[in-house]
Amino acid sequence: MFAHVILKPALRKFACAIFFLTLFLSLLSCRSSWAQESPYIVTYDHYLEEPGSLEVEYFSTFGTQRGGNDFDAFWAEFEYGVTAWWTTEVYVAGQTTFHDSTIFTGTRWENRFRLLQREHVVNPVLYIEFENTNGADKILKEVEGHDVESDFADPNGESRKEHDHELELKLLLSSTFKGWNVAVNPIATKNLLPSEPWEFAYAIGASRPLALKASPRRCSFCPENFIAGVEMYGGLGDTESAGLHDTSHYLAPVVAWNLPSDWTVRLSSGFGLNDNSHRLLLRWGLSREFAGFGELLEHFLGGRR
Amino acid sequence: MKTGSILFLSPTRIALATIGMIVLGIALAPAQKEDPAGRKNRLADAALAEVPAKASARSNPFEGDAEVVAAGGKLFEQHCSDCHGKKGGGTRHGVSLLREEVQQATPGTLFWIVTNGVVRHGMPVWSKLPEPERWQIVSFVESLKSRPIKSEAGQSQPGNPPSPKPAFP
Repeated sequence: MFAHVILKPALRKFACAIFFLTLFLSLLSCRSSWAQESPYIVTYDHYLEEPGSLEVEYFSTFGTQRGGNDFDAFWAEFEYGVTAWWTTEVYVAGQTTFHDSTIFTGTRWENRFRLLQREHVVNPVLYIEFENTNGADKILKEVEGHDVESDFADPNGESRKEHDHELELKLLLSSTFKGWNVAVNPIATKNLLPSEPWEFAYAIGASRPLALKASPRRCSFCPENFIAGVEMYGGLGDTESAGLHDTSHYLAPVVAWNLPSDWTVRLSSGFGLNDNSHRLLLRWGLSREFAGFGELLEHFLGGRR
Repeated sequence: MKTGSILFLSPTRIALATIGMIVLGIALAPAQKEDPAGRKNRLADAALAEVPAKASARSNPFEGDAEVVAAGGKLFEQHCSDCHGKKGGGTRHGVSLLREEVQQATPGTLFWIVTNGVVRHGMPVWSKLPEPERWQIVSFVESLKSRPIKSEAGQSQPGNPPSPKPAFP
């Protein structure tokens, strides 16, 4: 009965509005916290959110589209450090296709689990994500299987009719040495329809701060506040047709700017590496970390003050 | 084309599941957080004792550099103070770094703890900070023993006698 009530669309929208309003008001009372964010937008390294901290992120991807209209896909992420070895994250995504429309494209729920307690040469993290999206989703957070540019050319009115419920698994392998981080993410995705095959993909990245030693003063333009790198990502086919044919691939220089005001700005310009790829994926992101969000939740839930 | 699925994952269900998981995490957390400070300190001491001898023997390449201590103070405030307090006196989430056991630890031991964290007890790894920055933080933590600081809870810290000369301006 409860499930029946909460699934009514009007109530669902109201509940969502109340949820985000409460979240926003809660964040006003949290102190922000400096975050040393990696510049990657697609690739993941092995670093998780600090326990009790909530990171709120907004990202946008402008993509060129041959055979259709260019688009701007955007998403918000709410990333919470439950423990030092478990981070959970919710995504809400939408997109605007120019000369077409702006639509909501779905939600994702992501969990990352650190598998080893100490640092090693290579550090594995298990990534599990559930996606509830429609066919108009264009955030290109990962490029899977035989995803190609022409898949994104349909008008929103058509593509939004398709509904995808997917399970996505990644093994995040990451290593940090002498300031350099190198991350490799093998990816496997399964549409939960039994008839759909497993799809495969990859994302790799390397990055380094512009300076390895901090200066004593607070500054916006100190080189240690900038982390630059490059990432590459693309599809590897599926269980029915593995391989690089009919796949798309991107190479993207990336940079993160960690500001003393606790904001982080990320930029990435992804260039398609073959004819199946969008020519350009221009991405930017803005994020801020709020420490003490866990304490706030505890107080709200009647925990210890 | 792909309408329908085995699992019906509506946004509401995803949000409810997420909230449920977070509530579960918080419900589990008090087992650590509500323990007396003594247990927290014992866990910290155990973590210090687990540091490999080779790592403990490493020396701080920035030993005695006042500018490094100042930079370490900035980094400490940015990354460590939420749990350990702005002056290292500890909070209910992190132990006091003014304790004798911490202050008597070798620079290599502190560096190893900063690098590897104590993940099972809530301290994340900090190897995302470049190695020189981690040594800067160690320099700052070591400097705390010579500073006239009270814990955030207002208690005086044994083993940290006030010094007439601050470690850095």
